[in-house]
Amino acid sequence: MKTLIVAEHDNESLKPATLNAVAAAQQLGGDVDILVVGSGCQGVADAAASIAGVAGVLSADNVVYEHQLAENVSLAIADLAVGYDFVMAAATANGKNFMPRVAALLDVAQISDITGIIDAETFERPIYAGNVMATVKSSDAKKVITVRTTAFDAVAAEGGTAVVQQVDGAHDAGVSRFVGEEVAVSDRPELTAASVVISGGRGMQNGDNFSMLEGIADKLNAAIGASRAAVDAGFVPNDYQVGQTGKIVAPDLYIAVGISGAIQHLAGMKDSKVIVAINKDEDAPIFQVADYGLVADLFSALPELEAAL
Amino acid sequence: MKVLVAVKRVVDYNVKVRAKSDGSDVELNNVKMAINPFCEIAVEEAVRLKEAGTASEVVVASIGDKSCQEQIRTALALGADRGVHVEAEGRPEPLEIAKLLKGVIAAESPDLIILGKQSIDGDNNQTGQMLGALTGMGQGTFASEVNVGDGTVQVIREVDGGLQTVELTLPAIVTTDLRLNEPRYASLPNIMKAKKKPLETFSPSDLGVDVQSHVTLVSVKPPAERSAGIKVESVEQLVDKLKNEAKVI
Repeated sequence: MKTLIVAEHDNESLKPATLNAVAAAQQLGGDVDILVVGSGCQGVADAAASIAGVAGVLSADNVVYEHQLAENVSLAIADLAVGYDFVMAAATANGKNFMPRVAALLDVAQISDITGIIDAETFERPIYAGNVMATVKSSDAKKVITVRTTAFDAVAAEGGTAVVQQVDGAHDAGVSRFVGEEVAVSDRPELTAASVVISGGRGMQNGDNFSMLEGIADKLNAAIGASRAAVDAGFVPNDYQVGQTGKIVAPDLYIAVGISGAIQHLAGMKDSKVIVAINKDEDAPIFQVADYGLVADLFSALPELEAAL
Repeated sequence: MKVLVAVKRVVDYNVKVRAKSDGSDVELNNVKMAINPFCEIAVEEAVRLKEAGTASEVVVASIGDKSCQEQIRTALALGADRGVHVEAEGRPEPLEIAKLLKGVIAAESPDLIILGKQSIDGDNNQTGQMLGALTGMGQGTFASEVNVGDGTVQVIREVDGGLQTVELTLPAIVTTDLRLNEPRYASLPNIMKAKKKPLETFSPSDLGVDVQSHVTLVSVKPPAERSAGIKVESVEQLVDKLKNEAKVI
């Protein structure tokens, strides 16, 4: 049995989500290779080669893959999938973008966002916004899978001694072009990798009030998130969104402020180690999953909390 | 420019879906059905393109049993011009839906195809991308802004950590994210008018597709419960608990 993992990276560094995908692959057993598709990504390939338990690294390093446009990288991945039983990637914005294309090119289904592995054909995944866990069985010979990173503990980034093999050739579908990007510059940790997350919901009332979370986030070295309701209301950008249709997080400490606790939000954070809820409505469903609940008006509780830290 | 929008009939956003007690499937008897919210955003975007004079016609397609004609009518009431229903029994998988939509594209030759990024039942987030691969078209997934140019479309995409802008050659595929627009409500006169708008039905074989199954549902169960903890009385007590009991700060 052989698995090919498509690395999550930005040409400069290998992202930790890759380590969770490797963990899922190791649960399946067999050889695990990593594919790095990018441009000027030698450092990433080297980092992939030192992941514990990795057999080999393929590096498709070409300028056509610089921005990992799905049209181009999916052609490269589908090409290299020959000889593998599983093709896997972390269910990040990137993985979600190109993996279904890979599956369609291979004429197989994709099993999205798996949270458990029963056997080599049977997987567990959340459906209906996490209200239900489904066990599904694939009959495809080659399986294309995306992995919910919070469901698999990361393997060690060091300890491996795989050899990096360069892959020749370049696939340019010629139908898409990268124009630009606006990446939020922040000194805070990334939402999906932070050990503390503080999120605001509709109770924050407007976008400006999110600044009340910043002081606390600074003191706890926390990332700032939001519920879908807060994103829907235009308080904060979508990349803040924690939930089934946003980011899935599992920090050591999750602080939910002014969040009622809709299932779609809970699906994105209920695997956090410790959950704190601050809400003035004592019947809010968020208290049913919170380890520590504080029934209070957030506009008085937040300044108090910041001062107490 | 012709725009094709795909819509899916799903359990209404407000319904809390549960696993059946025998774990065979989810309980879908007598629950309210609706257009998938992301698909509704797709319809709205297409209608706005028409109102802006960019699009000349909006065709809405849905795949499923007869009942999904209801959702096509809803899309027509929101401003789409014409409906295409591909009749398929059971629950066609994303790859098969993409193959059927490819057949609709072959018949309709749209310049832009807009879909929701995922449906709130299966949460797969696959169909648009698969359609892109099958047709060789470019894709702008998780779109928060769509700007049609001359033979191209620029799409601002919601990605991890921010926004990415890509330019695609038309025809192209766009999948919608939450912030793309806020869908309108259908007015009563428009709901009445929608009943008279044309709606054609095709079978998979009309489109040259033999629908396959790749994945079977073995069982379903409720998610692991997380038990409620304690209520603290004050911020001071909260900080104390986090420091000394949970030891997370």
